[in-house]
Amino acid sequence: MIRNDVLKTLLPIIRDELVVCNIGAPSQELHALDDQPTNFYMLGTMGLSSSIGFGLALAQDKPVISIDGDGSILTNMATLSTIANNPRDNFILLIIDNGSYGSTGDQPTYAGRKTSLAAVATACGCDHVVEVDAAQTAAAVKAALEARKMTIIVSKCDSGNVQVPVIDRNPIVIRERFMEAVKA
Amino acid sequence: MAKTLDKRIIGDFTAAGVDFVTSVPCKQLAGTIEVLDQTPAITHVPSNKEDEGMGLCAGAYMGGMRPAIFMQNTALGVVVNTLATLIQFYQIPLPMLISYRGEVGEPVACQVEMALHTKAILNQLHIPTYHFHTLADVEELPGILAHTQMCKKPVAILTDASFWRAAT
Repeated sequence: MIRNDVLKTLLPIIRDELVVCNIGAPSQELHALDDQPTNFYMLGTMGLSSSIGFGLALAQDKPVISIDGDGSILTNMATLSTIANNPRDNFILLIIDNGSYGSTGDQPTYAGRKTSLAAVATACGCDHVVEVDAAQTAAAVKAALEARKMTIIVSKCDSGNVQVPVIDRNPIVIRERFMEAVKA
Repeated sequence: MAKTLDKRIIGDFTAAGVDFVTSVPCKQLAGTIEVLDQTPAITHVPSNKEDEGMGLCAGAYMGGMRPAIFMQNTALGVVVNTLATLIQFYQIPLPMLISYRGEVGEPVACQVEMALHTKAILNQLHIPTYHFHTLADVEELPGILAHTQMCKKPVAILTDASFWRAAT
């Protein structure tokens, strides 16, 4: 399964939840599959999906799912310590770990080699870290939502993208629509 | 040890509705950060790096809070992309209380190197910039914080060694 396949399995679970989605292919694929006002699409700023989602979880009580990638987590790895030390049970960090920089041509990341992001998250102090195969991702997200425990999920999947258009929505429209959904 | 000035600054932030602050420490900001942690009206979440902090602020803003970031001017070498593609692109109001290291009174030569670039970077990014040099400059802070919310932009408040040295 590649990222787009994982996203498809997630749709019924995340459709009505607040989702902060990683820059590039992940946001484009989610947008093409199922655009929702509860989705915040990052149009730039690699690495900050985890931090934006966590800031949102700190500010209000609805569940927040940050969909991030292994490359982006490696870019902003220290935020796992911020998350671990300020735990919020409405926060789920889903790391789609396909071992590659998908948006830039599938160059390999170190997470696809020796580095374990689950071990990093655990070492940072995150209490609930699960690593799952791609096919188990939806079940893991559902379980985390039901448990209402801050959970870091590392979903190991294959590298690869599908051809979808870039998101041409105005960023302020994305943000204002999302903020309305947060308040609703 | 926090001074009256530190308490006044945090008081201005809370009066402006700021209720979420992330920080990366600087010696000049130590007093204000100390007061932050004694201020129940503010959620203070320290970050490891300033771009991470701006991500937290963006999320907190979308969750209905009013964020600010406290950081050193050297951080401008870290956050150019985040300012342009997140804070400015999505129009997120963000007051940045910045210790302006490397100005007169600075004991560490290396700090002067980023001081030379500080205003140039802010100018290049078209960020409204205010420079607190004398103690009286702090009178502008409430207006600057209101202005930040009105224009929904990142706004820089540079606070140099002379400003902090005059503090009581």
